[in-house]
Amino acid sequence: MMRFLARRILIEMPLSLLVIFTITFFIIRCAPGGPFSSEKNVPPQVLRELNRHYGLDKPLPVQYVTYLVSVVKGDLGPSFKYPGRNVSDLIAAAFPVSLELGVYALFIALAIGIPAGLFAASRAGTWFDYLVMAVSMGGICIPAFVLGPLLVLVFALLLGWLPVSGWMTPADRILPSVTLGVVYAAYIARLTRGSTLEVLVQEYIRTARAKGLREGAILFRHALRGALMPVISFLGPAAAGLVTGSFVIETIFAVPGLGRFFVTAAFNRDYTMIMGTVLFYVVIILVFNMLVDVGMAFLDPRLRTRT
Amino acid sequence: MSRTTVATVHTSPLRESVRRFLHNRAAVTSGVFLLIIIIASVAAPLIAPYSYAEQVLSLGASFSSVQHPLGTDLLGRDLLTRLLYGGRISFAVGLCATFVSVVIGVCWGAIAGWAGGKTDAVMMRIVDILYAFPFTIFVIILMVFLGRSLLLLFAAIGTVEWLTMARIVRGQVRTLRHSEYVEAAVGLGLSRFTIIVRHILPNIAGPIIIYATLTVPSVMLLEAFLSFLGLGVQPPASSWGILIREGAESMEGYPWLLVYPGVLFSATLFSLNFIGDGLRDAIDPRAGKR
Repeated sequence: MMRFLARRILIEMPLSLLVIFTITFFIIRCAPGGPFSSEKNVPPQVLRELNRHYGLDKPLPVQYVTYLVSVVKGDLGPSFKYPGRNVSDLIAAAFPVSLELGVYALFIALAIGIPAGLFAASRAGTWFDYLVMAVSMGGICIPAFVLGPLLVLVFALLLGWLPVSGWMTPADRILPSVTLGVVYAAYIARLTRGSTLEVLVQEYIRTARAKGLREGAILFRHALRGALMPVISFLGPAAAGLVTGSFVIETIFAVPGLGRFFVTAAFNRDYTMIMGTVLFYVVIILVFNMLVDVGMAFLDPRLRTRT
Repeated sequence: MSRTTVATVHTSPLRESVRRFLHNRAAVTSGVFLLIIIIASVAAPLIAPYSYAEQVLSLGASFSSVQHPLGTDLLGRDLLTRLLYGGRISFAVGLCATFVSVVIGVCWGAIAGWAGGKTDAVMMRIVDILYAFPFTIFVIILMVFLGRSLLLLFAAIGTVEWLTMARIVRGQVRTLRHSEYVEAAVGLGLSRFTIIVRHILPNIAGPIIIYATLTVPSVMLLEAFLSFLGLGVQPPASSWGILIREGAESMEGYPWLLVYPGVLFSATLFSLNFIGDGLRDAIDPRAGKR
């Protein structure tokens, strides 16, 4: 286990980061246009001076190495579009908002998805099962950018119960979190149902039944543990989706999170800001995937020896 | 699949699959619905009640009426017409990008699976690394920096959607690699290309078709997502994602501008998923439901 973790952290993660750093760097640098090309009425001299100041006049490979070295040292550089501010500071300010949104959404997804899937599986073939499957299919097929505006339409504009957008009061958090969480609740419900069905025919469940345990105890204490494996392995990519999927949510609900920052940065060609956010996202995703693998090994002792 | 039939008549696996698929009511209904939408979209220039960009500014946004069954948008353009034309683009993107991803995924997976050893390890390692890459970000970067053409949209979506296909194909090829009939083909001295294309791929067509069907809705979703952010199809062309965005912008006064495109788009994704599930149950009954 320790060797596996060490290899993961010391070799695979830096390698993935380097590959992604390189790809992103060259895609955004080889395209025409630059961070200052959209600004109007900039005299050529000023433009040249700006480029010189940020080192954009040097050959590309030199810039690549310079920037790589500074990133390795932990400095993501200054933002081109927010003068005087560092990319790291901007991320540090915006990420907590996205994180909060993601945590709420994840909580909603797990709180709805797991019980719904468990009960659907234990009553397989009944109307309840069909209801859960149909609703979850709906949750998967109705995209966030349709669901979000519809929820705003109903709960904010027609009923007036919740605010339309913003991120100030607790009430502001409800609609974005629900919109983001619903899709994952649907996936988790389907995954849980599927894996519970597989677990329920196993012998240790029959043993539990033979012992005369109540159905609830069988489901939650015995079946759930085995059935959670696919859900946990889904949480790695899901966590990635929860941070990146928030692009749309943050745009719809005017949430000042990292997703909106990234989209704006891409539109503005704010090189360092793009690189910074991409690297930050990738680190989060890699860490999450690793935590998922460790979590799986804890739940299923059979996996510990295989790695 | 609890239905067990005693085989008294010999039926081919293909016919058996078709029979199973036709017994799946959800999948067949979805198929009919989807067929109608696709035909209507393709035939949009012939059947649409109005021309694509015809504006009646004096009419403005109006609710459903006899002249405009689904109403009109802010510029007085017929919504039904725009939905049909938008469907053309959405389906075109969905099918072409899926095709790109299938071609890349199948080639990559087949080569890795056949070669095995170091080549396989390196190729699949690349897939693993790309999996960790937040592909939404990647597509956004591509679209912003390389221009917003439809062709690039196909390529961008296609290049991020091939990973799972590569994994599936590689796994399948590896299991067939040492089967007797493949060994026989090797023994006959056939070239690797011939063996893979003629002998292996036809045998793994099932999983490829199933997964390709399930890729279409996710591609259409990605296109709509990009268009919603303003990165996909550019006006005056229109896709469902753009119509949803326009609807969301003006939903306060004219909710049907959001509701109709939203419902149509979701219903399409619904049916594509049901068809995919139906195909999986029909072609590979043991795969079970997720």
